[in-house]
Amino acid sequence: MMSGNEAIARGAYEAGVKVATAYPGTPSTEILEALARHSEVHAEWSPNEKVALEVALGAAQAGARSMASMKHVGVNVAADPLLTASYTGARAGLVVVTADDPGMFSSQNEQDNRHYARMAKLPCLEPADPAEARLYAMAAFDLAERFDTPVLLRTTTRISHARAPVEAGPRREPALGSAQEPAHEPGFVKDPKKFVMVPAHARGRHPVVEARQERLAELAEDCPWNRIEWRDRRLGVITGGASYRYVREVCPGASVLKLGLAWPLPRRLVEQFAAGVERLLVVEELDPFWEVELRAAGIPCMGKKYFPITGELGPDGVAAGLARALADWGVPWDEGLGGRGVESGAGPSAAPTAAPAIPARPPVLCPGCPHRGTFYVLSKLKLTVMCDIGCYTLAVQPPLAAVDTCTCMGASITQAMGVELGAGREASRRTVAALGDSTFIHSGITGLIEVVYNGGAVTVVICDNGTTAMTGHQQHPGTGRTAQGAIAPALDLEALCRAVGVRDVRVTDPYDLAATEAGVRAALAHDGPSVVIARRPCILLDRRLVRPALAVTADLCNGCGTCGRLGCPAIEREAEPMAEAKAERWRARINTGLCVGCGICRQVCRRGAITAPTAPPTASGGGD
Amino acid sequence: MTDVAMEPKSDVNVEPKSDVEPKSDVKNAFEPHDINDVLVVGVGGQGVLLATDILADVFLAVGSDVRKSEVHGMAQRGGSVESHVRRGPVVHSPLIRRGRADALLSMEVLEALRYLHWLRPGGVVLTSLQRIVPASVVAGGAAYPDTDGIIAQLRARAGRCAFIDPDALVAAAGDVRTMNVGLIGALSAFVAGVPAAIWEQVMAARVPARALDANRRAFALGRHLAEDAPA
Repeated sequence: MMSGNEAIARGAYEAGVKVATAYPGTPSTEILEALARHSEVHAEWSPNEKVALEVALGAAQAGARSMASMKHVGVNVAADPLLTASYTGARAGLVVVTADDPGMFSSQNEQDNRHYARMAKLPCLEPADPAEARLYAMAAFDLAERFDTPVLLRTTTRISHARAPVEAGPRREPALGSAQEPAHEPGFVKDPKKFVMVPAHARGRHPVVEARQERLAELAEDCPWNRIEWRDRRLGVITGGASYRYVREVCPGASVLKLGLAWPLPRRLVEQFAAGVERLLVVEELDPFWEVELRAAGIPCMGKKYFPITGELGPDGVAAGLARALADWGVPWDEGLGGRGVESGAGPSAAPTAAPAIPARPPVLCPGCPHRGTFYVLSKLKLTVMCDIGCYTLAVQPPLAAVDTCTCMGASITQAMGVELGAGREASRRTVAALGDSTFIHSGITGLIEVVYNGGAVTVVICDNGTTAMTGHQQHPGTGRTAQGAIAPALDLEALCRAVGVRDVRVTDPYDLAATEAGVRAALAHDGPSVVIARRPCILLDRRLVRPALAVTADLCNGCGTCGRLGCPAIEREAEPMAEAKAERWRARINTGLCVGCGICRQVCRRGAITAPTAPPTASGGGD
Repeated sequence: MTDVAMEPKSDVNVEPKSDVEPKSDVKNAFEPHDINDVLVVGVGGQGVLLATDILADVFLAVGSDVRKSEVHGMAQRGGSVESHVRRGPVVHSPLIRRGRADALLSMEVLEALRYLHWLRPGGVVLTSLQRIVPASVVAGGAAYPDTDGIIAQLRARAGRCAFIDPDALVAAAGDVRTMNVGLIGALSAFVAGVPAAIWEQVMAARVPARALDANRRAFALGRHLAEDAPA
């Protein structure tokens, strides 16, 4: 069994990939993690996706098969090199993996990155399951070299994080060089008209790209990735990716044109399919990408009338849309289409399938998370918090409710600068930008340079937990280790902040609320750019960081609820009935199975009711 | 669920269908051949993925096609998580359809209720009785339903239920983190055609060696509870 991501990595490995680059992002992260286990591959966490793609491009231009993998929004960061790499091409295969997230399981938007294929004029392969993910990853390198083009390999959460049996083969070292260029030794070969995209050269390359598009469209007509599966001719479905599997599941009798090459479209193949079926339906997750193209080509079809643009489709969404379409057309969902009567309302689906109304369980900051101390202080000071992408964004939820913006990687600092410019300098005395260490390196540093250069007084809080936590604890330039475990120079955040011109740089421990509050207050009071580095390793990094659970002394707890405002999963509220009718009061209780003894709650309890079992309570135990 | 059996794969041993199903020696066996789609749920960090890894390996070992779907990333931080395992001669979708899971395994009792509508009426519910209070309750506003009320709702839809008390698990296995394997043990009572040695082999391959004995005891406890569960 392999996940789709492991299968992509396996395919790339077998195809002889030599350089693999990535920035972590769900659902793409495990591709690079799997490649990092192979010593024949240089696999690296790059500071961000733009860097990742540029490194991969350079490696491919020097003759090495290369792959850059990233989540869908990561392609936005890498879009600049992507669109011009389309013009230059490379000598060896360059594959860019985009892992889209329909349904936004762990993302801030659900953009459909097939649009990038059209915009950048690149071929886009889209596997429908892990086994295809391996085959398509291998094929992508050949395609890239045959057509001298970067290839977009698109996956989605339900491909990347699905597991299925996948056969693995041996690695083969590729013969270098594209079809246009004979095999040659590794190394960069000067070719200014191809690689130096000054206007005069780029004007020469653009027609090459357009001609390549034409040749790719011809290839699409007859390639292993697009295929017609003739079945019941009353319904023809054009689909691909995860949706293909859902269609096969819920309507196994329908004729299907499966598009494994999502772009460019095979015009004649589509026309042939359309002519062979009575009704044509396009089933695609997210945008009506193919549907719009088909309609523009004058091919009558239906799609988003029956299937939502938002969210992931899933087998239930596909079944519901198919049922509506067939009902509109008066086509019975009978044995011929493989409906087996279940869509008629009989059978299991007649039972309630709506979610019951019960308390929600959103993801939360873990017990012992150092971000809790930082964001408790920001919440207590009632600051406007221009925030960023990471675990700490979870502090948006009550009771901390301490996050006011989240847009994209690195936007915290720059949006805070914008607030200062838009609302006046005074605003920076009650506003902070908060972001993680990995995010700061990704694209926060340029924002900090902006603040210094353009005279801002923004206070930046870098929540330095020594890892890229939300995606599963990947290394980054500040951790001192590479993706493959080698020792690396650890980026010195304090020195970096000072070097770009921030004079007010301080480090605090987020487990120490008083010191963190004093640090933030001092930084806000400083009339100029300030950086507070709230430093404490992620509690999940090392079980040795865990201390004995704390306990509440029931007699001392008066149920004031202050500790509940930390939003710690280990702090529960115990109801205690009172003498008066209908009245009850709350007492705090610590779940010893969850508590890791961080001691933050102990600092907010004014009555000293929370103590560590091994240490006797002290007079300052309830200090604030 | 059997409506995926359109294209028997030639290169795998197709599972025997019900008419040639070997008789289970499990007492109170519940239509054992019907356990094809299993939904495992819980709270991020509880070990849901290990449970579905074990189950997927077991199904593979007896020659089924298997697909599995997981949730990574943000949801793993204490949120509600789900993982689907499906098997059959040929399986297309890695996701189970709502109302069609043959079995629902839950690491936490409120989560069993949250995903109950995925279970087909008459299916199997196996859940821990552990209560982990979500932030929405601690922060006030929402109420955590009482366990007896949850159990009544589970019983109303399920054909068979078994419950693992976390204290009983700790008493038997020594560690509440073996709950995932305890639930797999309970499920094993309802899955026909899988020799005990395969469950054991897969468990031994999947859990850390130092935790194997505890997990064996958890598996046995779960199996015992399920076998004794009233029809």
